[in-house]
Amino acid sequence: MPPYSPGRRAVLGGLLGAFALTGCGTLRGKPKVREWNLFGGGDGARLLQIHQQYVAEHPDVAFQAHTLAWGPPFYTKLAMSAAGGRAPEVATMHMSRIKGFSPTTMLDPIPVELLNAAGIQQSDFLPATWDRCVVDGKLYAVPLDQHPFVLYYNTEICKKAGLLGPDGKIKPVKGVTAFLDMLRAVKSVTGKYAVSVDTTSPWRLWYTLYGQLEGKFFNEDSTQLVLDDAKALEALDLIAKLASEGLTPRSANYAALVAQFSNGDAGMSFNGEWEVTTYQTAKLPFSMAPFPVVYDVPKFQGDSHTFVLPHQSHRNADDTKATIEYIAWMLKHSAEWAAGGHIPAYQPVVKSTEYLNLKPQAEYRSVAPNVLYDPDAWFSGSGAQLENEAAAAFSGIASGQATPKAALAQFKAATQKLLDTPSPV
Amino acid sequence: MEKADWKQRWGGLFFVAPFLLLFVVFMLWPVISGFWNSFFNTSLAGVKHEFLGLQNWRDLFGDPAVWSSLKNTLVFTAMSTPPLVIVALVMALLANRKGLLGWLLRFSYFAPFVLPATVVTLIWVWIYQPGFGLVNGLLTAGGFAEIDWLNTDNRAMLAVVITTVWWTVGFNFLLYLAALQGIPEQVYEAARIDGANGLQQLFRITLPLLSRTTGLIAVLQLVASLKIFDQIYLMTNGGPNYATRPIIQYIYESGFTSYRIGYASAISYLFFAIIVIVAVAQFKLFSGRGESA
Repeated sequence: MPPYSPGRRAVLGGLLGAFALTGCGTLRGKPKVREWNLFGGGDGARLLQIHQQYVAEHPDVAFQAHTLAWGPPFYTKLAMSAAGGRAPEVATMHMSRIKGFSPTTMLDPIPVELLNAAGIQQSDFLPATWDRCVVDGKLYAVPLDQHPFVLYYNTEICKKAGLLGPDGKIKPVKGVTAFLDMLRAVKSVTGKYAVSVDTTSPWRLWYTLYGQLEGKFFNEDSTQLVLDDAKALEALDLIAKLASEGLTPRSANYAALVAQFSNGDAGMSFNGEWEVTTYQTAKLPFSMAPFPVVYDVPKFQGDSHTFVLPHQSHRNADDTKATIEYIAWMLKHSAEWAAGGHIPAYQPVVKSTEYLNLKPQAEYRSVAPNVLYDPDAWFSGSGAQLENEAAAAFSGIASGQATPKAALAQFKAATQKLLDTPSPV
Repeated sequence: MEKADWKQRWGGLFFVAPFLLLFVVFMLWPVISGFWNSFFNTSLAGVKHEFLGLQNWRDLFGDPAVWSSLKNTLVFTAMSTPPLVIVALVMALLANRKGLLGWLLRFSYFAPFVLPATVVTLIWVWIYQPGFGLVNGLLTAGGFAEIDWLNTDNRAMLAVVITTVWWTVGFNFLLYLAALQGIPEQVYEAARIDGANGLQQLFRITLPLLSRTTGLIAVLQLVASLKIFDQIYLMTNGGPNYATRPIIQYIYESGFTSYRIGYASAISYLFFAIIVIVAVAQFKLFSGRGESA
């Protein structure tokens, strides 16, 4: 008889134990940084390149990046993983979504001392940007960039329309009349539209115009809707006028907006700045500028991508340190990120010649302090319900199916309903 | 003796155990926990979890978005089910022939069905575009005015129905084709000898013998149409102004965009009940007719 013959359970148990040990061994060998992001477009391709460089320079970090579908699918998955305490080490998040994401329960605060140790200081950011990342005195996000609503213009068409200055850049206009004159000049050259814009989701255009009229949205603590009807209507009336004059299409979704600017049906485009790569690849003669100041003050709807630490029940100190170092590295390399259109949030990069030489990406950097974020509420922010409600109510204005008055009433009622719903976060 | 008896009764259980386990974990448990959740204000963010009693259910009955999206779902079902059955039948009758033409028809009728929703919607959204889309190009070439298919209240649903029929009719077509090929040739031979013409053969032989298949297809199609979500979400995102938003999208938005899982569960139970009622009613209706034929 052999001295010891292991039973089935002993063998299975032993194997399990061995797996567990080796599993832990490899995982703890290198600090791990798992990153979730929502960049599926032209900026996503750029992120992959930057990540490749990061991986090449950091063989000592087990790095994994995952790109998830933009908008609700991304935030759903992030919320579920954070609620379960098994989130990735780091994720990207729109700044406008931070407060609506219940930071104290679903995000872990950023250890500022680690950030400082990695060479990143508060003074490296615009104060307004930094302050929005602070909740209850703790830092919950590190801003990567800003992405405002801007003006794209086809340089050949605008030259024929006599809109370019001697430097070849578009002459800035101010006021409604000058704005309309400019668009009419473009339309006379293209023979079709002046501007391509997403009419099925006009939130960005409307909020920009409303912001330029200095309209307020919520009261101080975001419990009451304090929309200024007269100003809201003035902005909506202008959107209706643009469409009825044929300066913008009556109906264009996002894909059509890109196509109409690409094929020259429109000499200008109002959009976020992230389509630079698309138009560069299409070899379009174009440049970019801040969106015109149509009304009183310069305000431009926009948002900002940030890095957050989604909640983990058992956060590992080594992983967190490597994660913060990853964030710092990304900020210092954000000139490459800026090539995709976004304005870097990290000011040393904004001042660098590498960024300043980026054309047309550096042409609209002056708007950074005037970026207008979506209102603060659990249902607000990029891809959140408030933007959907605005799209539903306002899309009929350009198509002529709804009057600005009726659209505004619908939007206000929908927003009020969201306000009345107890916050689920 | 007793042990053998026990084996005979329960022995089969071991063979179905793997399936049973999956069924309980992925079907039975979610069904029960979803129902349970509908009485709480369960949040996807996992923060609060208070018992609400029937509050979610009361909210649901007073929520116009529930009823408008339910109406959209029913409108879509009513618009899409008849063509999906009739077109499939016509296609099957046309393709039920030998030779190259039969093969070509069978292939081209079924081909769209294998495409994923994302591809189908991408193609059709471009086809429907004003300004440069195929459909509007044909319309303007023919001297008609352009139609803003996806951004006009009363056209968007029609556009989605057309896309859906093009995309999914292949499956019903296949079921009909199989049933057609199961009808013995002798029946037609006898009819021809009796002097029945083609139309008489169609209405007196083919259609009656297909009635069971028609019943099956109608029930399957009705349930599939009621569950409409992906092509609408991708083509119109429920717009313009929620004119095409189906109930499943509202459930998705409540639960996943707005994190209100409890409320979304309550709506999905209302919808579940409706599907069950419709399916049972349909099946009774058609299985009765099948026997009498």
